[in-house]
Amino acid sequence: MSRYNRHIILSDVGPEGQNKISNAKVLVVGAGGLGCPVLQYLAAAGVGTLGVIDFDIVEESNLQRQILFGTSSLGSNKALAAKERLTDLNPTIQINAYQEALTPQNALSLYNDYDVIVDGTDNFETRYLINDAAIITNKPIVYGAIFKFEGQVSVFNYKNGASYRCLFPSPPKKGSVANCTEVGVLGVLPGIIGTMQANEVLKIILGFNGVLSGKLFCYNSKTTETYSLKINKSNSEFEKVLNNKENFENIDYDFNCKAIINEISIKDVSKIKNVHYLDVRELHETPKISLDNCTQIPLKELGTKIHEIPTDKTIIAFCQSGIRSNTAAEILQKHNITNCFSLKEGAQAIIEQLKTEL
Amino acid sequence: MQLQIKYFGLLAEITNCDQETLEFSKSQVSDLLKELYIKYPLLKQKDFKVAQNHEIVSNNSNITNPEIALLPPFSGG
Repeated sequence: MSRYNRHIILSDVGPEGQNKISNAKVLVVGAGGLGCPVLQYLAAAGVGTLGVIDFDIVEESNLQRQILFGTSSLGSNKALAAKERLTDLNPTIQINAYQEALTPQNALSLYNDYDVIVDGTDNFETRYLINDAAIITNKPIVYGAIFKFEGQVSVFNYKNGASYRCLFPSPPKKGSVANCTEVGVLGVLPGIIGTMQANEVLKIILGFNGVLSGKLFCYNSKTTETYSLKINKSNSEFEKVLNNKENFENIDYDFNCKAIINEISIKDVSKIKNVHYLDVRELHETPKISLDNCTQIPLKELGTKIHEIPTDKTIIAFCQSGIRSNTAAEILQKHNITNCFSLKEGAQAIIEQLKTEL
Repeated sequence: MQLQIKYFGLLAEITNCDQETLEFSKSQVSDLLKELYIKYPLLKQKDFKVAQNHEIVSNNSNITNPEIALLPPFSGG
């Protein structure tokens, strides 16, 4: 244990604290500017199981700040390259490298294997995904984000505390915030913010008071000014996520490149030949639509029952009010069923229309 | 009241300053935003939260404290 001697001789850590660190399981999402220092310090500290997920490869322009990588890593997957470096740093810990993107489909099962999630991503889509999956699985997130010379750090969803959506309930308008790759950053800033994140992770593991929950810490590396914002918990933001829990895998977090959904009004449906209706309501919902050319698949089962939908027809998805059917149309498009529409009005309108056709 | 307004992230690029002092005679956050939108029209296209005394306030809150901050979300990493 001489490796951890400087931890153990701290009275607030001691052998018990080091044991907690050894038993901890931390998942770091993104092995970039923030993820690298987080991983480096957590591996050095002896976090027993360290997961790293990143689909991206190491590029030369990363090396200015992504300090786990060297020129020999160029072209390698970041999760793999990180694992290689971290194994040399500390061969006594388990490091799991996932060479993929975090998605609504893999997030919940991945989270189940870890105690703390670290947000080291560089885009809003994944940040909201990380947040919502953490609400559903009840895991704390250690959040960090940067813009040029400024950084933000916070801990969300910790011991019933505030979440990212309590601070920013919905993603910013497209184009209102520049994406990371479009702006520069002084390499040391993600180092500072990422190191603060690693510190918060260790505080959580060690059970220290004063975890940065319910507060957003802002740091400006140019002016050395700091600012701390209080974040109040909004229960309604939690409810929104939890109410949609069953449908989580079908949520489209890729809101910057949202698919274009074709909506159609019932009066225009009759102009289309070869229509096949897709009822995405739950089985108990009324009015019932019993038509030969209608298949009922509740929205949450749609992803697994795509094969039941005829591919040689024009699909008209409907629900009660035209909202779930929009999601259904998006799912169909993802599965390459592009000849599909979402009915604007809903089931009642189909009944009315059938009456007029008689 | 004399307000001390802090701008964060890309908002500071629009206003061309990290902070400024502003004389404010009306009452609500929405009134202040109207004045800021006239002074900095580009602010209107941006998403941000307004904080008073280090706490987020809504647009219809009254301004009772001179310390105001405008914070946008960051995505970089």
